[in-house]
Amino acid sequence: MKKVSNANRFAYAFLAFIIVWCTLTFSPRIKPDQYLEEFIGGVVISLIAAALSYKHLSQRGLYNLSPKRIGWFFAYIPVFIWAMIKANFDVAYRVLSPKKPIKPGIVRIRTNLKNPAGKLALANSITLTPGTMTMQIIDDKYYIHWIYVQSEDEKEAGDIIKGEFEKYLKEVFE
Amino acid sequence: MTAVVYIILEIIGYIFISIGTFFLLLASIGLIRMPDVYNRMQTATKATTLGALSVLVGIGLIDLWWLPKSLILAIFIVLTAPIGASALARASYKHGVKLWKGSVVDKYKDEKEED
Repeated sequence: MKKVSNANRFAYAFLAFIIVWCTLTFSPRIKPDQYLEEFIGGVVISLIAAALSYKHLSQRGLYNLSPKRIGWFFAYIPVFIWAMIKANFDVAYRVLSPKKPIKPGIVRIRTNLKNPAGKLALANSITLTPGTMTMQIIDDKYYIHWIYVQSEDEKEAGDIIKGEFEKYLKEVFE
Repeated sequence: MTAVVYIILEIIGYIFISIGTFFLLLASIGLIRMPDVYNRMQTATKATTLGALSVLVGIGLIDLWWLPKSLILAIFIVLTAPIGASALARASYKHGVKLWKGSVVDKYKDEKEED
């Protein structure tokens, strides 16, 4: 991975903070001249926050916003939301069924994602999808609590648990 | 015409809020019914995340000016809720909370022994 300049990473952090600030503070009921004050305050605070945190926020700075990555990210959203809805019906079934159809266990799977942000995104996706919850990531090993263990084999379990996610996240983060 | 659109959006919003509350209720039932910490965490994380998301989107649809704000809040919930769940699950494992007796496999134990 090539080195990205600090200014670039700083600009990325600043952009992220100012966008969050504006969506949280803007309201149509505020007059434009009043909003200017809020905006200036936001710029000052974003600059401070970005200066404190840009080293941790991203390694690639504005290159995160390349059209290819954004395209794959938007393609990923429906996949993720659909998985989440399935997960909730799965939870509903296991909670409400009188027989308690559970067979829990902790399995280990491996990933070939390298980027830390990508690994985090995969862990979050796994937690929010049917029956699985990430417990720990050590290098490329994920320890996953599975509410109904279908396979104890690393590879097979990995294919079931990760499903489509890894393909998308690889495009977004690598 | 616009009034009709607003009314329809409001109805859809209330439907979203009802679905969200249903999943939140489900999460609390899951907390009582599941046998151990880890399974409880599973139901609690998933159902509360989608429940909260659904309520937020519902609010955004009822009053459209709130939509950007509620979407930002939704993003933060999706980012943080699973991390919290993993941290809690790992902490309880390290603290020695046993898995339920019906559990079939525990690969994490090997990892701890290797350390």
